[in-house]
Amino acid sequence: MTDLLAIDDLTIRHAGRPLVAGVSFAIAPGERVGLIGESGSGKSLTALAAIGLLPEGMTASGSIRLAGRQLVGAADRDIVGLRGSVVATIFQEPLTALDPLMRIGNQIAEVVRRRARRDGQPVDVQAEVLALMARVALPEPRRLARAYPHEMSGGQRQRAAIAMALACKPRLLIADEPTTALDVTTQAEVLRLLEALVREDGMGLLFIGHDLPVVGAAVDRVLVLRGGELVEAGPVAEVFGRPRHPYTIGLVEAARTFDRAIGAAL
Amino acid sequence: MSLIDLSAVSFAYGRGRNVLDGIDLKIEAGRNLGIVGESGSGKTTILRLLLGLARPTAGRMTFRGEGLDPGNRAVMRGFRRAVQAVFQDPYSSLDPRQKVFDIVAEPLRSLKIDMDIDDAVAGALASVDLPPDAARRYPHEFSGGQRQRIAIARAIVSRPELVLADEVVSALDLTTRIRIVDLLKTLSERTTLVLVSHDIGFVALLCHDLVILEKGRIVEQGAARDILSAPQHPYTRRLLDSTPRLMDFA
Amino acid sequence: MTDDAPALAQPSSLRLTPAFLIGAALVGLHVVVGLMTLVWTPYDPTAMTGGRLAPPSLLHWAGTDRLGRDLFTEIMIGARIALAVGSGAVTIAAAIGVTVGLLAAFASRAVDDVLAATLDILIAFPTLLLAMLIVAASDGASLGTAILAIGVAASAIVARLTRILARRVLAMDYVTAARVSGTSWLGIVRIHVLPNIWPTLVVNFALQFGLAVIAEASLSYLGLGAPPPNASWGRLLQEAQATVYTAPFGAVAPGLALVSLVIGLNLFADGLRDVADPTRRRRG
Repeated sequence: MTDLLAIDDLTIRHAGRPLVAGVSFAIAPGERVGLIGESGSGKSLTALAAIGLLPEGMTASGSIRLAGRQLVGAADRDIVGLRGSVVATIFQEPLTALDPLMRIGNQIAEVVRRRARRDGQPVDVQAEVLALMARVALPEPRRLARAYPHEMSGGQRQRAAIAMALACKPRLLIADEPTTALDVTTQAEVLRLLEALVREDGMGLLFIGHDLPVVGAAVDRVLVLRGGELVEAGPVAEVFGRPRHPYTIGLVEAARTFDRAIGAAL
Repeated sequence: MSLIDLSAVSFAYGRGRNVLDGIDLKIEAGRNLGIVGESGSGKTTILRLLLGLARPTAGRMTFRGEGLDPGNRAVMRGFRRAVQAVFQDPYSSLDPRQKVFDIVAEPLRSLKIDMDIDDAVAGALASVDLPPDAARRYPHEFSGGQRQRIAIARAIVSRPELVLADEVVSALDLTTRIRIVDLLKTLSERTTLVLVSHDIGFVALLCHDLVILEKGRIVEQGAARDILSAPQHPYTRRLLDSTPRLMDFA
Repeated sequence: MTDDAPALAQPSSLRLTPAFLIGAALVGLHVVVGLMTLVWTPYDPTAMTGGRLAPPSLLHWAGTDRLGRDLFTEIMIGARIALAVGSGAVTIAAAIGVTVGLLAAFASRAVDDVLAATLDILIAFPTLLLAMLIVAASDGASLGTAILAIGVAASAIVARLTRILARRVLAMDYVTAARVSGTSWLGIVRIHVLPNIWPTLVVNFALQFGLAVIAEASLSYLGLGAPPPNASWGRLLQEAQATVYTAPFGAVAPGLALVSLVIGLNLFADGLRDVADPTRRRRG
């Protein structure tokens, strides 16, 4: 049992209708995998299932093993311990992940304390919060630690959310469209940061997105999901360079159209 | 004569600092213009000015050579007839309680344009590739891409000279995005487009001219071809470098 | 996370929940009985038709009051009074409240602040207290003053709700699109604001109706409501108070009538929330 996340023949149903059908893939420690899909492809549902957080009324069948533990059919109280220890998640809109009434430093500190309690090791919370903030390249950590989420820019909020995820010291990081709400220049910075952090800590990464080059910037291997089914999988260069499935070919062609538009600059 | 001319335009909310500072901008009929900027660049404010929803706090804005003054009804009427808009969020931009027919017909009714409303709405829906029976349905029955088509139909139904599009594809999937780009390209044979976006790739597909905004100022403007091939300002270069490209991976 | 959520089933036709049906039945019963009293009552409401404080019997379903009048007849008439006051007060509250709320929503920041503060102060007064002040300030208690007083008191709540709802609509892009299309402010209210806020307002009106019925009963209980011979449930309760130990049904019967109407209105309002808005959907 070496895989961090092993999903086998996952099917997710809502009111009898399959939204995800027969999806299988695995993420080994240190492996970075991208899940590409458009609206309704089931990519976010797959991610939610991987942390045992499917919305009400949806049922999963098949097998989801997170750090060796079977999630399908497991009670929530048995899974709760995995979230925030084995796996951490960052979302598209960091505002929803942050408490609007709490200073950002305290929010990160809370996660650090929770982890310290879990591991039973005393830590210098203050020092670790500042170190985490510096690590995600938040400027002036000491000053910003006292800021409320609404006083920060979108990019800073996403960096703070990443710091909170890192504070758990997870083995698997799930990032669901983490740069979609950001400006282009901020997106590039956050992608570089995310890529470097995951590599340094040897975390596994499941990066979910719809924008091919954005996903490509963060991962080694991609899976293409369409209408709840996996249509193509492989290393980034292979899938983007020689797509085989007609749907992937369409996606690649669309991305190339935008490439060509600014291609003159190269 | 330019359609719209901004000269030394600045804008501030209340007594705050200028969110736009000394903007010089010409919109010429037949030349699509892309206004590229990130959050805090002032692009939303420029859009509000260009739509006549806000007035410059300094500088002058003219429409076909005449000053835009809410008091001058004749000029404002001509302006409203000439300029329409498409917005970013296709969910918020369509009234959920109106049928598509009434949504698309609204500019004709409000501007009291002398056209057969049934024909005009049918024509507008046809030009955005929506079936005629779409008119009888409600917005929630359509996908994001289809909703954006309805919003485009509303913007073109009165045959305006200028259509302003605010981040019209950023809420859409890649494949839908391409289809909307194709649609806008076809439409721009009949009307001039002004695209406001943070996405230089999208803007470059459709625009002859570009304006690069940073922190309320224009840092670079000119022909799209020139700016893309030889960006002069460091910010423009950074913007281009940051834009994700598929060719970096394959 | 948002784009994968499946579109929820759209209620394309009216979906009638059991709660709504029970509520509608209770309200409907009161309406039918109230209207019936215009043409027929079991007894003359002012006539002494039996022994004093008689318990319920086949002849007098709810017994008689301390003057020997048929209590069931009085309760039936009370339904009419309650419905008259409720609908009158809600109409007044809607007319004033929606107008003021819309004005506040469209007003400049300064005017809006003043209006909002005024509404907050008015709302801080209990409806009943406000109504008492209005009744006291008028010539004397009558059905009309009760309706006016309760309506005015409730209008502040309607105004505040309208203002909040209208502001939300005004922030939508479709309103900006309407402005760009040259739609006038009045046109925006008619085409976009009212149709979008109406379902929520109607639900609130149904709740306000229930509150107005209670307020009317309270005013009458205090002797500030419609004077006799208008048989308000509040007055019946007040009259029964002295004899509640010897003839409890004199208090129980009008109490049941009041409670059943108010519960009916609340269930009706809850059901209306779903029914009134067929296009309601969660953003996917």
